[in-house]
Amino acid sequence: MAQKAHITVNDLTMAYGDFVIQQNLSFTVNKEDIFIIMGGSGCGKSTLLRLLVGLKQPKNGSVFYQNTNFWQANEQQRNEIMRKNGILYQSGALWSSMTLAENIALPLAEYTDLSTVEISELVSLKLALVGLSGFEDYFPSEISGGMQKRAGLARAIALDPDILFFDEPSAGLDPVSAKLLDDLILELRDSLGATIIIVTHELASIFAIGNNSIFLDADSKTMIAVGDPNILLQESKDPKVRQFLTRGKTYLSEQYS
Amino acid sequence: MTAPLIPSHYQIQPLSNGRLELQLGGDWVIGNAIPSLNEVKKSLYQYQNISYIVINSHSLGNWDSRLVSFVLRLTEVLSKDNISLDITDLPSGIQSLIRLATTVSARKDTHKKKTQPSFATQLGQKAISSMAEVQKFTTFIGEVYLSMARFIQGKARFRNQDFWQVVQECGPSALPIITLISLLMGLILAFMGAIQLRLFGADIYVANLVAIGMTREMGAMMTAIIMAGRTGASFAAKLGTMQVNEEINAFKTMGIAAMDFLILPRILALTLMMPLLTIYSDVIGILGGLLIGIGVMDISVVEYYLQTQQSITLVDWSTGIFKSSVYGLLIAIIGCMSGIQCGRSASAVGIATTTAVVRSIVIIIVADAIFTLLFESLGI
Repeated sequence: MAQKAHITVNDLTMAYGDFVIQQNLSFTVNKEDIFIIMGGSGCGKSTLLRLLVGLKQPKNGSVFYQNTNFWQANEQQRNEIMRKNGILYQSGALWSSMTLAENIALPLAEYTDLSTVEISELVSLKLALVGLSGFEDYFPSEISGGMQKRAGLARAIALDPDILFFDEPSAGLDPVSAKLLDDLILELRDSLGATIIIVTHELASIFAIGNNSIFLDADSKTMIAVGDPNILLQESKDPKVRQFLTRGKTYLSEQYS
Repeated sequence: MTAPLIPSHYQIQPLSNGRLELQLGGDWVIGNAIPSLNEVKKSLYQYQNISYIVINSHSLGNWDSRLVSFVLRLTEVLSKDNISLDITDLPSGIQSLIRLATTVSARKDTHKKKTQPSFATQLGQKAISSMAEVQKFTTFIGEVYLSMARFIQGKARFRNQDFWQVVQECGPSALPIITLISLLMGLILAFMGAIQLRLFGADIYVANLVAIGMTREMGAMMTAIIMAGRTGASFAAKLGTMQVNEEINAFKTMGIAAMDFLILPRILALTLMMPLLTIYSDVIGILGGLLIGIGVMDISVVEYYLQTQQSITLVDWSTGIFKSSVYGLLIAIIGCMSGIQCGRSASAVGIATTTAVVRSIVIIIVADAIFTLLFESLGI
């Protein structure tokens, strides 16, 4: 299968004011990749995500969505690109004053000319896809954290996005729910044909679903590894990457290899 | 940019043995008109004795959730009449989405009953909840009292730093707005009085009017209303957000009394700052009156000063100052109570803030009325 680049990042520098968080980031996310952004706490993973989805402007460098330079594009083009992104925030970020159905219906009502009946049919479908059939009239505060995440996912896929971003999807979930969410991500990638970008440090998920990744390092302020995490685990020589991917058992695994 | 959409269409082809073939064609996507379920159903049911329908998707173009939703509902409708729908010809993406959507069946117990209670029920519920509110309020007052007692005994713990920060927020930071409002208040009082007093040639008494009006009533009242909107709301929002973030619970589980640590410094700070702000407001208000006096009514500064000095007594000042202290206490208590009893969502913080401001203002006016009656009967 010929791989087509979906997002290309060139020589990106991100900073808060003068404080540089990461620099010289260059990588490509291909269509239908499950791309993992990993690294220790505080290395700027979430910031990179915010930058990719257009919430924060980079200090330097460019982000290309296919052939469009996101930060050079005009407002309208940018909105168009952002609309094709679905984002699942860390805690769901559901609008607390709306029911689940209203949460999912809002983007549909804003961006499509579907009738109310058609929208409610799509809302039911999206909730069914994430296993929340029948919870249409619930408020986010009335359901559990895991359910809120899944509802957030249902909202993220409301407009059949081309790219789905996940910010720590399995944080705060029990292992079984986390596994189910991983399966759901894979299933959605396969059936919707979407590109998936995930910020996570959940090793189990990284190896189970990731097929491409970058590793950000807080000390050198740049990426120190790129590629399929399973291959990185086998082949990377960098002690930091090894330590991360083996949960700190660097010495042990070196003895075995 | 994108290719124009091909209109979605369908066709029905009868096969042998009560079987039908449903051919789907065109683009079944959001933004394109797609046939309604009823229409398709009607055309399918024209044929008698059907038991099996197979979907043919050879001419199907683009698709998205709309097609998935359509097929899903068609399956549902047909299965009620014991007709099976064969979807194996559809793209595998659709098939797996349909599988995903049907694996977890809808929970039956989730649908909420929405009943409109009768008027009597609503009234009763309102009464019960008001009683509960009163009880909460009195409990809170009791807790504040106990906390105060601990403070006086030197047992209440809070960080000095926090206290001074609250002092800064509800004292000096409020000066600009207090200045503006009080100055205008003084101008308005003087102007209103000027028009009436000029009729009697009693221009100079504008100074009395402004001085007594500001010191006894308006200084304390306006400051209180400003502080209710400014600081009472900020207390409620801050504590409410802390409640949402479980910061209050973190205090509780650490064995730190939120009452002592968070609420007491706020109550103390506002109760202390209010009289100072009120004195400042009185002075600025009198200055506002002076501006009208010298600008509009040709009273000299010295005249105005002396008249003001004669007209007010220490009692006038102190009633205003005393009242302001009470208002400060009330605003802080109501603000903190709304915040600490806040629910766990963004809208709950909004409600807490609104409640804090509305209740504070109502209670300030009510308290002022009571004070006026009280001072009147005491002859102060």
